[in-house]
Amino acid sequence: MRLRFAMLISGLLAGTPIAFAQATWNIPKSIQAGAAFSIDCPGTGSGTLYIVGPGQAIKRDIQLGQTIWFPAGSLYSAGHYTVVLTSQSSSQTGALDVAPASKPSELAFIAKPSRLPVALHDAITGTVYVFDSYQNLITQPMPVAFELSNPSAPAQTSTVQTKNGAAWTEMNSTPREGKDTFVARVGDVTSTRVVGQVPGDPCSLKVSAKPSGNEIDLVTDPVRDCSGNAVSDGTIVTFTELYNGTKSSVDVPLKKDVAATTMPAHRGATISVASGVVLGNQIRWEQ
Amino acid sequence: MSKGRVLAFTLMAATVILVVIGTLWPVSTAAAYAGGENVIGSSSTPQAAVRNLGDEIRAQAWQKAYASLGNKAKFTQSEFKGDLTSYYPDLRTTATLNSFDVQPLHATDTDADVRFEMHWSTVVGTINSTRNVHVVRNGSEWQVDWPFKKQTIVPPQVIPVNYLRWDVINRTSGDDWGAQDVEAPHVRIIDMHPVQRAEGLFLLGELINEDVVPAYVSVTATLLSKDQKPIETEGSFDEISHQLLPKQVTPFLIRFPDVSLSDVGSVRMNPFSTLVPASADPVIEVQNEKLNPAPDASLNGELLNQSGEIANVAHVLATFYDKSGQVVWVGDQYVDHALLPQTPVAFDIHIPEDLARKVSSQRTTVATYRFGGDQ
Repeated sequence: MRLRFAMLISGLLAGTPIAFAQATWNIPKSIQAGAAFSIDCPGTGSGTLYIVGPGQAIKRDIQLGQTIWFPAGSLYSAGHYTVVLTSQSSSQTGALDVAPASKPSELAFIAKPSRLPVALHDAITGTVYVFDSYQNLITQPMPVAFELSNPSAPAQTSTVQTKNGAAWTEMNSTPREGKDTFVARVGDVTSTRVVGQVPGDPCSLKVSAKPSGNEIDLVTDPVRDCSGNAVSDGTIVTFTELYNGTKSSVDVPLKKDVAATTMPAHRGATISVASGVVLGNQIRWEQ
Repeated sequence: MSKGRVLAFTLMAATVILVVIGTLWPVSTAAAYAGGENVIGSSSTPQAAVRNLGDEIRAQAWQKAYASLGNKAKFTQSEFKGDLTSYYPDLRTTATLNSFDVQPLHATDTDADVRFEMHWSTVVGTINSTRNVHVVRNGSEWQVDWPFKKQTIVPPQVIPVNYLRWDVINRTSGDDWGAQDVEAPHVRIIDMHPVQRAEGLFLLGELINEDVVPAYVSVTATLLSKDQKPIETEGSFDEISHQLLPKQVTPFLIRFPDVSLSDVGSVRMNPFSTLVPASADPVIEVQNEKLNPAPDASLNGELLNQSGEIANVAHVLATFYDKSGQVVWVGDQYVDHALLPQTPVAFDIHIPEDLARKVSSQRTTVATYRFGGDQ
């Protein structure tokens, strides 16, 4: 429908000579999205006023020679508009720019990743797009304050000026695991994301063994990453026993920070432990 | 009457006549498959006796098969059936005997030993099992002494389990477009290289879940020609352990039949991961693994379920390395019996003869599946 309307306007513009050349044709060059405005329409008799832009079109039947008032909220989509005034015998065109409102109303805040290991440099990115209350991207530069906070560490902050409506920053993940709050603020508008900081790879692995009948009870010390965080439960720890040319192995998930299993007791067996690419100690079973 | 009508009438009449003949005097094999009269012939030789038993097992005529055995007093018909089809739901429960081979090993006038190789059709392909059966003469007939293996039965009990479980809640359509979703698990290919064989090109490698959450993973690869045009794209299908717990490593093998390595300029690898609800049980120990050299190179060992939960299907994946630690082959085997708590189940993975001499070490992982619920 809008396309047909725009084609109609284009046809009018192409086929009709410009009239009202001498009359006062007063259109504001620019208004803010959603602001009230008026247009002085020259001539006498009746006519039709068209305002056509990228997201909106307005048609109004008017009496020429009057000032036409448009209340607040009439034009709200930012962009370049064509204004056409037609009467029975002629038409006149002009242009009107609708700029985004200067007051930010909403932030689109993209924080990535939502989960990452602790103690990584510049590993968290935050990108903000600033919008007015009519969902227009505000291209006018304005400061965006970013803050990444964690109860166990000082907050990281940075302030970045928007460019073409967007601003972005990078932050470090903190040494302690937990849920960080990542806030972007423009004026009194804020948007919050949560970034989960999880333990890294095990820093070291130590297994101890004790006999249990025909088997060996194996248990690791509490497994921690290099920042001292307990490695997440469920992390696989692989126990391997080599004996007389045979091999036994078992993948055990950490439960409450430790991994425990039982393996056959063979005198002279060598038992080792690993998790991912981290190797632990070896035990030679002599009992 | 037109020629067409004559032809139609002739065909119809011939069909009716053939149906009547087939019904009144059926071919014996057809009758056996239809569940009617069996095709079983005389057991006048040891091999014939075993073949007859195989036909009865294939027709699932358990009563007749049991009745034909010479040592049936040692076990019941139910136990005999359970020996072949399992008491607990597993791959054998839904399998059918597709074919079998009989090979004489030793024979005298009164008894004989025969190798009975059964080829079972299962949902994951053909699974073979072999029994060496003793056959004894009874008058003019021969009877099979079935080598009955008593199945382990776990006594009815309640086993308390306390294991980790992960569930996932994803974002909804009501969230704004900048809102976060739960991050997909971070996985990484830690090894990959091609192997050219007569059957085609194989890509072997290993994938690690570097994250702290379980991941459903798969790997696809696209072969690119020397002028960077795609030749073919294939996935690892089931030659990978699809569910990886944190820091768990799986091997993968991707087959490109009829592709030559000399035609390949580069390979584009695409590891895929997504969050899935998962649990950390059951824990499966791989016991007494042993590499057997060529001929008949293989890796065998036993699986031991250390948990209280029964694993209905176990998929064993073995990664074979050379002396420098590079992956030289990935082999796998589906175990056709359920893994009961603390009950060892044997596995045997074949290694291609030409690669066996390169194998220096191996790492074995086990993926388990449960019938009637999630893993």
